[in-house]
Amino acid sequence: MKIRSGIKTKVTGLLKKLALPLAISLAANPLAQADEVNSTGLAVTEDTVKVGILHSVTGTMAISETGSVQAEKLAIEQINAMGGVLGRKIEYVQEDGASDWPTFAEKSKKLLVNDKVAAVFGCWTSASRKAVLPVFEQYNGMLYYPTFYEGLEQSPNVIYTGQEATQQILAGIDWVVKNKGAKKFFLLGSDYIWPRTSNKIARKHIQKLGLKVVGEEYYPLGHTQFNSVINKIKLKKPDVIYAIVVGGSNVAFYKQLKAAGIDMTKEKPLVLTISVTEDEILGIGGENIEGAYAAMKYFQSIENQNNESFVSAFKKRWGDDIVIGDVTQAAYLGPWLWKAAVEKAGSFDIDKVRAASPGIELTTAPEGYVRIHENHHLWSKTRIGHAQADGQYDIVYETKELMEPNPFPKGYQ
Amino acid sequence: MMHSLKQIFPRHDLIAFAILAAILAIVFPLTMDIFRLNLVGKYLTYAFVALGLVLCWGYGGILSLGQGIFFGLGGYCMAMFLKLEASSPENTAIQSTPGIPDFMDWNQLTELPWFWEPFHSLPFTLFAVIAVPTVFAFFIGVAMFKRRVGGVYFAIITQAIAAILTILIIGQQGFTGGVNGITDLRTFLGWDIRTDSAKYLLYFVNLVLLFICLVIAQCVRKNKLGRILVAMRVREERVRFSGYDVSNFKIFVFCLGALFSALGGAMFTLQVGFMSPTFVGIVPSIEMVILCAVGGRLSILGAIYGALLVNFAKTSFSETFPELWLFAMGALFISVVLFFPNGLASLYQEYVLPWIKARFKPRVKTKPEAKVESKAKPQPELSEATDDSANLPAGARYEN
Repeated sequence: MKIRSGIKTKVTGLLKKLALPLAISLAANPLAQADEVNSTGLAVTEDTVKVGILHSVTGTMAISETGSVQAEKLAIEQINAMGGVLGRKIEYVQEDGASDWPTFAEKSKKLLVNDKVAAVFGCWTSASRKAVLPVFEQYNGMLYYPTFYEGLEQSPNVIYTGQEATQQILAGIDWVVKNKGAKKFFLLGSDYIWPRTSNKIARKHIQKLGLKVVGEEYYPLGHTQFNSVINKIKLKKPDVIYAIVVGGSNVAFYKQLKAAGIDMTKEKPLVLTISVTEDEILGIGGENIEGAYAAMKYFQSIENQNNESFVSAFKKRWGDDIVIGDVTQAAYLGPWLWKAAVEKAGSFDIDKVRAASPGIELTTAPEGYVRIHENHHLWSKTRIGHAQADGQYDIVYETKELMEPNPFPKGYQ
Repeated sequence: MMHSLKQIFPRHDLIAFAILAAILAIVFPLTMDIFRLNLVGKYLTYAFVALGLVLCWGYGGILSLGQGIFFGLGGYCMAMFLKLEASSPENTAIQSTPGIPDFMDWNQLTELPWFWEPFHSLPFTLFAVIAVPTVFAFFIGVAMFKRRVGGVYFAIITQAIAAILTILIIGQQGFTGGVNGITDLRTFLGWDIRTDSAKYLLYFVNLVLLFICLVIAQCVRKNKLGRILVAMRVREERVRFSGYDVSNFKIFVFCLGALFSALGGAMFTLQVGFMSPTFVGIVPSIEMVILCAVGGRLSILGAIYGALLVNFAKTSFSETFPELWLFAMGALFISVVLFFPNGLASLYQEYVLPWIKARFKPRVKTKPEAKVESKAKPQPELSEATDDSANLPAGARYEN
């Protein structure tokens, strides 16, 4: 008992010594409250507004997400050069999701709770979005998510600037059926939610058209041995290989396809993909994928005034040998859409920005014109690109009308 | 037979425990906002794993590179319970089959798989959190140790199991949530775990559990069992020839490590609100070994400090240099290994402990047997450690 009381005094003495260095002051910086444009305590001052950028800049996803980071920074710099948003310069806080979904959740919480950012531009994979979604809903943040994805989601706290699955898939399949007379399809994908959901939609659509799916196969992420499926493809003789292979697996898949004697330029069978942008072709090699078709909303080769100035600004900022893929362009839209919504709302408040978002148009989008739908996705055109040996796509088709986003497609679930 | 409390908790160990308790239970909650405190809570869940590794690896010499398996199993059991609660038919009315977790609906499952059913019950879940990983560890242990598989082979096999489990979870996404994991967990028996007050409470629950585990670990190392473990690590054959069944001890300590990890996993799920296969695989398992090594693999308290230091560093480096933080982490690991081969615990042993002992000298003097002790240089308290430091490099002294 004596000992215990002795310890007590020693411990309190120790505590006093420890407390000082350990007391990390995390006191919130007293921000000038600009009430009329910010009634909820966001990090907005008289001349600045803080936003977050949350992508993986380390780890396996860094190669894909770097383009998005560059696009978002470019957009922010351009907006600042034009005078900012509601007269305030945008400052960004960049955090690294490190290709690790829990880290995304942690960092998003940090951005919302500690930094009190007015919007976050970020995430790439569906897994990272699923991880941060509860955080954004709990702390009422606003996320601008750039990747084309599987749909089945509609959060009041997310603006989806990429296409959801039906926008990408239906137009592509209709096009090969109408223009290439395709009758038999072989579906192929990496094994996770996006390819599986997308192929489910594709299968339903193919069946609706009265055509046939002759095979459907999935391989784990990172898989590199596609010989057995290529043999199956040769056996089943489909008209179209519908490929949703992602990431590094693409390199192995297209090389092995070519090595197995399937010449994509002869289009027998034809390869249609929704997962290979110009960024992936850098890894695959243009000569290995020459002749394949891709269905998405943006290609670097789109010819219009907006895109020309976007591509040249992007190259000027980040280097001449850079390529721009679909997601990079979608990421570029994020800050602009947010700016438009804030200015329409006349406030940075999340609720007001959300309410102002549906109907926001962007006539300066590199892809041409986009508009935010009630369901927080974008109306956009879908285009078919024809892969060239130089790693670029020739655009062979674009939908006449904007495709309506339909994240919960009836009859496709 | 029974060791007295004093033998299990010699005075300077008590002080060390008290310092840790004061930092975690008083200093941190008073100086940090709830966001940071919740992060600390998350770091401390890794400390459970590191603590288990101190016993397995530091004491027993069993290097497991698959502790993520048990962390994950514990976490998934808890996540299944919480997910079922979050997937009530009202919450999931938008799905084609309401009442089942959302990812099952995306994967075209139309009814709950049979092995999910029992997770509607909290008692079963708590039982499963403890039993599933422990029983799994028991089977691995029996299969390996009874055949005298050890050392590098054991490490490789645990790694393989971790890889297999990750592939299984990712591959069976309809049943497990796949790569996305089990996300969007909201309530625990109707109690919203996402609120600030819940986070405070969970932090302290986590702390209490951690200290229970610490006390268990302290009992193990101060008991005969602890000495046998050390003996096994140093001269396994000799222990066997002395008539001990080495494999049983190994199985026990491996199961205990698994149990600690599982508790950590379950607390992780509760505090962070989701579970994903990124905690099960090889990389997180190795990270957990690093936590243990940074803290000092022979020190149960060091494991806690190691987990805190590494994760604090990770968070602050990555917030400050989002693109270069991995290099900073690398530098941290290299410098710890270079300058403190026995981890943070060696700092304690060399600087803090002598200071504490000096402070207590006047008291100690009155006791006759303590005089002998005070003559020796910074020497560990029990004969256990002296035996083994004869056989080991200097590092083996740093046991606390």
